[in-house]
Amino acid sequence: MRVEGSVRFIILSEIVFPILLLMFGIYHGVMQVLYRAGIIRADSFLGIDYYQGLTLHGVINAIVFTTFFAVAFGNAVVLYLLKKPLRPGVQWLSWILMVGGTLMAAWAMFTKRATVLYTFYPPLIAHWTFYIGAVLLVVGSLVPFFLDWIPNAVAWKRENPDKKLPLAVFGVFVNHTLWTIMIIPVAIEILFQLFPLSVGWVDKINPLLARTLFWFFGHPVVYFWLLPAYVMLYTMLPKIASDKGKLYSDPAGRLAFILFLLFSLPVGLHHQFTEPGISNSWKLIHAIFTFCVALPSLVTAFTVAASLEYSAKAEDPSVKDSKFYWWTRLPYLRLEGDKWLFSYFFAGLVLFFFGGITGIVNASYSLNLAVHNTAYVPGHFHTTVGGLVLLSFLGMSLYMVSKLRGTDVRFKGLAALAPYFWMQGMFMFSYAMMVGGALEGFPRRTNAGLTYLNPDSPLYRPEWVGYAQLSVVGGALLGIGFVLFLIAFFGTLLAPKVRESVVEFPIAEAYHDAPTPVLNNLKGWTVAAVLLAVLSYIPPLYDVTQRGVFYNSPAYKEQFPVPLKQLQQTQSETKELSMKEER
Amino acid sequence: MDRAERNILTVAIGLLLFFFVLIVYAAKGLKIDLPTCVTNVQPFREGRLIQHAPDRYELHAVARMWFFDFNGGSNEIEIPAGSVVDIYLTSADVVHGMHINGTTVNLMAIPGTVNYARYRFEKPGVYHVVCHEFCGVGHQAMQGKIVVKEVER
Repeated sequence: MRVEGSVRFIILSEIVFPILLLMFGIYHGVMQVLYRAGIIRADSFLGIDYYQGLTLHGVINAIVFTTFFAVAFGNAVVLYLLKKPLRPGVQWLSWILMVGGTLMAAWAMFTKRATVLYTFYPPLIAHWTFYIGAVLLVVGSLVPFFLDWIPNAVAWKRENPDKKLPLAVFGVFVNHTLWTIMIIPVAIEILFQLFPLSVGWVDKINPLLARTLFWFFGHPVVYFWLLPAYVMLYTMLPKIASDKGKLYSDPAGRLAFILFLLFSLPVGLHHQFTEPGISNSWKLIHAIFTFCVALPSLVTAFTVAASLEYSAKAEDPSVKDSKFYWWTRLPYLRLEGDKWLFSYFFAGLVLFFFGGITGIVNASYSLNLAVHNTAYVPGHFHTTVGGLVLLSFLGMSLYMVSKLRGTDVRFKGLAALAPYFWMQGMFMFSYAMMVGGALEGFPRRTNAGLTYLNPDSPLYRPEWVGYAQLSVVGGALLGIGFVLFLIAFFGTLLAPKVRESVVEFPIAEAYHDAPTPVLNNLKGWTVAAVLLAVLSYIPPLYDVTQRGVFYNSPAYKEQFPVPLKQLQQTQSETKELSMKEER
Repeated sequence: MDRAERNILTVAIGLLLFFFVLIVYAAKGLKIDLPTCVTNVQPFREGRLIQHAPDRYELHAVARMWFFDFNGGSNEIEIPAGSVVDIYLTSADVVHGMHINGTTVNLMAIPGTVNYARYRFEKPGVYHVVCHEFCGVGHQAMQGKIVVKEVER
């Protein structure tokens, strides 16, 4: 479908802008392994502090890049499959909010006003522009859903009363519904706790309440990253694997999305297993729901494998009766047509296999005591959000850019190789982090090169050295993989135009299909999801507010071990004193 | 839904149930449980190690920017092997973490609340304690030691 004018510019820039920021985010990812291993033994390098860079790494890679991509992908999928024009006014509003918010938060982070990490736990406090920037970004990402996609879907439904919403659109809608719900608790945290504290309207807040509200958002958000990747796995991967490829089952896809909608929300306490102030029976209930949310992923694992089997056998009938040899007929590293895209999904899926298993370890209640806040945790989530999510987003970004710009994919070989470098690097990095964390207690979020991995320091911990060094090798391979991708990406973006600009996706038909009236009732499932989330959060919220909603923690800055208010007072007093002395 | 899909759904649910039963057994049967809501201890400001019996201790640990106060400002304590320690942890300023490496003691320190764990230190040796939550520019140096001494019987 042809696109022109501002809608084309908006979708294109929603892909290019976050990738420009991602270049910094991944640069600092590579820097972090060097700091942690003691290769860079300093607080900062080239003007960026370790913890400042860690904040940027988390916020850019996990929030800015993913949110922008989800909106660009949603816009393109809804436009292509419903064949209804998007409204430029709505799109511009969303674009201005998202880009404006991102620039505000980026200013705060780059000027060292918001070194609070991606989780921004109070009472460490950032400049207010960081918080308001984040709110503008998420509000901007909701605008197209409510003002563009839903009205278009309603109009499409009126014209096609007997058809069900295409699976890809269905997945995008489930994802943005989930996103809308999860934003409410974090918006409450930001607008009623952190923002007033940051500008000085209140003196004290309840940090445990803030953490609980944050994780009400902070775990569901990982499914917001994951579901666009699942949409691609279900609806596009079979078609990329083979022109004759089909999705094994359409109802299974819808079932998986609905299960995500239901069980993504009542799970946040599994990030707070080691926390005081919350009864452990509620922690156990959230652990059950976390196991429930593993179910749609297991269903997806089966459906994706079955779809690939169907596609490989359709491509090459000589393996039709074989149980295993069809594996050899998949386009692991092929350059004809759009087959290069397969390597992104395949490398991502291999990493995600380990991401899923290690995620179940995290969710496993008392087993979490062995891994909580050790390097194991980043080891885990780099194989999920840094594995399948990132690779499928990068691959699809390159694909969409070539269609929107009307250019051929340049340096296809590098583009197809990049995910394998990434996969290998991530294996080494994650292995080092996970084993060092779970067995030796190597902590996350720590500039270990200054102390624990510095042989001259009394705090030296030689048992961590090998893991830190292995993670450097992994980090280097990850860096190489990303550079290969960038060459192909910018090569394609800047190549001469050879055909008209289009929005287009390789959408596979379903092999098994059936009417699914119950699953298609998105309104009903949304109500059920909200009810379940609220019910599962009333008791923990009661627990954490027993000492009061505005319980007594003053704000701190990360450089000073005294409360911010006290610090400002002493500073103004010394100023007065010195002025008096001058007189 | 075809037969293969029904089978995979059954297997997946069965597997997750099996894992879950094991977790509940570990928590409630083997008593390796998570910290819970402690409301009968008020947050304290100073670290103290209190001996109740030859092998029973109570540790009031305070995490602050950027050191652990285990006992009167010291980040190092000494106990005999085989001691059971009731560990109470709070924070005097921002959020901290406390992981005694090689043990199941892994706690968050949150201002205004008290966290609790009980651990028996069987093996003699040095147990390193690290802060594992970002708490400011001195975070990477925030650590402590629990020295468990061999006892002669």
